[in-house]
Amino acid sequence: MSRIQATFEKLKQDNRRALIPFFTAGDPSLALTVPLMHALAGAGADVIELGVPFSDPMADGPVIQRASERALKHRMTLRGVLGMVAEFRTKNSTTPVVLMGYGNPIEAMGWGLFAKRCEEVGVDGVLTVDFPPEESHEAFLHLQHHGIDPIFLLAPTTLDARIETVARLARGYVYYVSLKGVTGAGNLDLSDIEKKIPQLRKHIKLPIGVGFGIRDAATANAVAKLCDGVVVGSRIVQEIEASTEQNVIANVSRLVGELRVAIDKG
Amino acid sequence: MYDYPDSTGHFGPYGGIYMAETLIPAVEELRVQYLRYRNDPEFKAEFAYELKHYVGRPSPIYHAKNWSDRLGGAQIYLKREDLNHTGAHKINNAIGQALLARRMGKKRVIAETGAGMHGVATATVAARYGMECVVYMGAEDIVRQAPNVYRMKLLGATVVPVESGSRTLKDACNEAIRDWVTNVESTFYIFGTAAGPHPYPMMVRDFQCVIGNEAKIQMPEMIGRQPDAVIACVGGGSNAIGLFHPYIEEKQVQIIGVEAGGHGIKSGSHAAPLTSNSKVGVLHGNKVYLMQDDDGQIIETHSISAGLDYPGVGPEHCLLKDIGRAQYVAIDDDEAMQAFHDLCRFEGIIPALESSHALAHAAKIAPAMGRDKVLLVNLSGRGDKDINTVARLSGISL
Repeated sequence: MSRIQATFEKLKQDNRRALIPFFTAGDPSLALTVPLMHALAGAGADVIELGVPFSDPMADGPVIQRASERALKHRMTLRGVLGMVAEFRTKNSTTPVVLMGYGNPIEAMGWGLFAKRCEEVGVDGVLTVDFPPEESHEAFLHLQHHGIDPIFLLAPTTLDARIETVARLARGYVYYVSLKGVTGAGNLDLSDIEKKIPQLRKHIKLPIGVGFGIRDAATANAVAKLCDGVVVGSRIVQEIEASTEQNVIANVSRLVGELRVAIDKG
Repeated sequence: MYDYPDSTGHFGPYGGIYMAETLIPAVEELRVQYLRYRNDPEFKAEFAYELKHYVGRPSPIYHAKNWSDRLGGAQIYLKREDLNHTGAHKINNAIGQALLARRMGKKRVIAETGAGMHGVATATVAARYGMECVVYMGAEDIVRQAPNVYRMKLLGATVVPVESGSRTLKDACNEAIRDWVTNVESTFYIFGTAAGPHPYPMMVRDFQCVIGNEAKIQMPEMIGRQPDAVIACVGGGSNAIGLFHPYIEEKQVQIIGVEAGGHGIKSGSHAAPLTSNSKVGVLHGNKVYLMQDDDGQIIETHSISAGLDYPGVGPEHCLLKDIGRAQYVAIDDDEAMQAFHDLCRFEGIIPALESSHALAHAAKIAPAMGRDKVLLVNLSGRGDKDINTVARLSGISL
């Protein structure tokens, strides 16, 4: 059983929802990335989505764009991110780590080598924003061979036929993008999520995480009632941006702790 | 038989639909609607009517005799896309996509632009068809191409400066894609070059093929045969594929694409992914030769011409390079500038800096060829927009 699957099964037994925070590796610094991962896990994260920075983050709003720029300025590379996961695993063998980013850095490394390295360092899932199922045949074969879960996005605009395609290929969990827009936009539509999730469940047997537009404890609480996991990205990156290197761990831990409480409140 | 793309939008290993899930249904709807209208007689008739009466097609072919005589070799003929309404080939595609947008009920169009010619073309058709228009343009390019920015505003478009990344064409593309994700139901993205996710490379090519289709009729009328070579500049490559595609099966005609060599290929400061043997990668919805570092990050490009200042290239050019049907070369900034000045002085034509790259390559190879040889160069746009850049390089302030 994969680490992601085990995590969601345990949550299901406890009747809890997953808290899935995201931040970009290398932001605010290379040295603070692994400590931040431990802080997230300590504050109640069930899965960590670790952003791999890319020079052209087309699906991201200004907050995560800036995080990518800072990380690249610190010379964060895909190889470097894999090394950080290896370091994280020396002290944490239970919290699943999902790498999230764009396909080109992986293309440049080669999917075969990338998937092999993921298995070696303890990456559990991979989400490439700009690789839809139609273009993921090669990626899928390599990830599957090394036991890495391919995580796919679904959107409010996704039609039934495509939901089925994703249902067939996806492993781990499925990430429902809760709004039409880039990451960090503010126009979350709860009634749309409420309508869409049952439609997705007709095809998707995996847990469904919802993300994009979750900004505070109240929205996290509301979204948690409708799905299996809540993904919070821009809000955490914003906290990192507003903090100093001295207080970033404390600030992010406090924020994630608040989200944890809100999600568990039911 | 050469027949690309395949049904999934691939040109051999290139192309595809590498887009975020939110946009996949939009791209799919575009594909279905384009295939529906592509061969629709009423659509084709309206497109042809607009090209004739609004754009002023067919564009003539002109024998640049003075310049050819000075070069002392092959005769250079120019396909005069600079004489189109709005001053470049970009209008052909903008009209085609706007007609499709109207049939799809979209009231808002967006575009990215580098040199500003595609932005102007899109603003023009938006005014013509009564659509809201937003154009994304890199902050760097807004400075380089100030006259075009004002033209777009006169035409009623909103020009949004893009401050992220290298502040040029690729960043304008990123920002336009972000707009499209957010406003996908109301908005049609009029993409400016023969790249991006399927069906754009095919659709833009089809709309631009009017260039080559006309030339194939005009050249025999003028000289009794087809040219020995067709030459065009390649940024994303839409003017080039429009000229080249109708000539692919004419095996006796050599096809030459000219990339922006910037400060020279060896300097690393250029925009020539094909000539510099860049690795294949994925950006802006398609898999193509792409300028990138070892970690797969897109690197900043340089060209004197904003319209060629792009790290990728259309997928069909990648295929034409691999199968050897087209040859790709680079012309550096200085060579392009020389050709720009020569055409001004010897033919009385101010060419766009983009097109000047194609002209420069013709000037490079013509002297070694016989006087009976014929080179057809796509003069893809006029250079009025570039006079500030040229003056600055000459140390003159306007």
